Amino acid sequence: MTPDNMTPDKLNELKERALKVREHIVRLSTGGGCFTGASLSCADLIVYLYSGFLNISKETLTDPNRDYLLLSKGHDVPALYGMFVELGWMEKSRLDNHLKSNDHIYWHPNRNIPGIEFHSGSLGHLPSVSLGIAWDIRIRGGKNKVVVITGDGELDEGSVWETLHVASAYKMNNFTLVVDRNHFQANMRTEDLIPLEPLEDKFRAFGCEVKRINGHDFEQLEETFSQLPFSSTKPSVIIADTVRGKGLPSIQERADRWFCNFTGEEVDSLLKELHGEEETTLTSETLIVR
Amino acid sequence: MNYQELIKQTALADERYVVMTAENRAVIRDLPPILGHRFIDTGITEQNMIGMAAGLALRGRIPVCHALATFLIYRAYEFVRTDVGIAHLPVKLSSWIAGFLSDGNGPTHQAIEDVALMRTIPGMTVFCPADENDMLAMLPEIWASAHPAYVRLNTRPGVIKHEPFKTGKAEVISEGEDVTLLVYGMLFEQAYKAKEILESQGLKTGLVNMRSLKPVDEELILKVSATSKLVVTIEDHFLTGGLYSIIAEILLKNRTTANVLPFALNERWFRPGLLSEVLNYEGFTAPQLAEKITTTFKEQNKLAVEPAFITAG
Repeated sequence: MTPDNMTPDKLNELKERALKVREHIVRLSTGGGCFTGASLSCADLIVYLYSGFLNISKETLTDPNRDYLLLSKGHDVPALYGMFVELGWMEKSRLDNHLKSNDHIYWHPNRNIPGIEFHSGSLGHLPSVSLGIAWDIRIRGGKNKVVVITGDGELDEGSVWETLHVASAYKMNNFTLVVDRNHFQANMRTEDLIPLEPLEDKFRAFGCEVKRINGHDFEQLEETFSQLPFSSTKPSVIIADTVRGKGLPSIQERADRWFCNFTGEEVDSLLKELHGEEETTLTSETLIVR
Repeated sequence: MNYQELIKQTALADERYVVMTAENRAVIRDLPPILGHRFIDTGITEQNMIGMAAGLALRGRIPVCHALATFLIYRAYEFVRTDVGIAHLPVKLSSWIAGFLSDGNGPTHQAIEDVALMRTIPGMTVFCPADENDMLAMLPEIWASAHPAYVRLNTRPGVIKHEPFKTGKAEVISEGEDVTLLVYGMLFEQAYKAKEILESQGLKTGLVNMRSLKPVDEELILKVSATSKLVVTIEDHFLTGGLYSIIAEILLKNRTTANVLPFALNERWFRPGLLSEVLNYEGFTAPQLAEKITTTFKEQNKLAVEPAFITAG
């Protein structure tokens, strides 16, 4: 089912935007590199949320009535940088400062970048920070939405479940947790290490209302997010099934392509690969410790 | 006036205040109906409480967080450091039963590295009131400040009337050219009584209630180090990282030294029991402090030509 407001034009706009964000991610994956695969799995979610769902604009980045998006899986920050450039919140030239000490563009989010609500990098923190934000909004009678994106490997952290436990006890219906379920943690498939499935059941057992969708399908994203809050008495959880490395078949779902630091030639080739050309033969180092 | 009354009045006068607890309500049990949704009991989820406090602070609130010291700042340490510390948010950490106040609980509850851990966090301030009245004199300024703060709550009755509080300033009870006792927290009472014993023996004894360990009263420490023959640090804390370390850092930074006798816990937890038992077993009662200070004072006078840095605990 296509929701009424997801017109063919809107869908094309989102897809074009997502392609541009992915290009930014690939360009950031050299000269020191970044967490390319996780950024690509999250890119469509980020593009969707900032393209109309969240009530936030360049003029309202610090407005108390804005909607909040917090990125708890900090490795995805290249997707945010790319999105902020596309939104006009950040000068494109700042991406050239990636990993340079003259700016604050590095591997994890930080508040020196307008639009980034809070720093992350240590997993399992931003669900509780988001709950604090949601609590304040609720007692002020605000209508702001609060969305926190976690990884799936991040769900190993007990603090995520502490937060859900408390959020459901207090019926925090303005709190939404989205899982970028790309089925990988740093070095392994999640199900090969500490299996997470059946994941919906676990969230339901913690008192959440859960929906599971394809996190790369803008129509499903629109249909699902437009139903928030899913319950008037429960926190909402969206499990967005995604693919690590989405858009780049040469690194897609490859356990050894977590952190990528490509050569200049590889970047040129990967940019073409994003547009459907043939897979790149990668020679750059894999399994970098970060 | 007591702690609950102070926090109630503070929160009723200023809606930015939010009172949080990880299921430690004893001293603030009457507040839920008064503060409504500005009283948040997160259950036994200390790290989640601190994360939530950071979120509330991002929205302009001043969260005052309560839990037993070990759980508030050790269980949740990385949340304190990472969420409150990095963002420098005005989250106020109110810790119960730090130091010897955990008396019979055993080592799981002994917060005797709290000063060390908290003072390493950039921007974190650290305060240890001597007794209830001292605490009530200190808290309004601590809570009103824009900085994150850690406070060893102390509701024990006091032995003196305290001066008004100023962050970064110690309270000088007396000055003495022979010995100066530097103390913080609940051991102030024992130090006060030890000072009386020392004076009865003819030693000119200074006594300082440190109050603010970060920022610390560096000027005062340098002054007593220069003017007292023996400086004594008294703390229910590990020798590592507490007041003794703070003084060592200050003296070194200023390229000077002093004869310093530390009373602290050196590489060990303390023997659990009723507080009076703990003080006696660990050698922190006033007569025990006075005896050791007297002995050391006599010994160090012999060393006057060649000052020694006394490290025996």
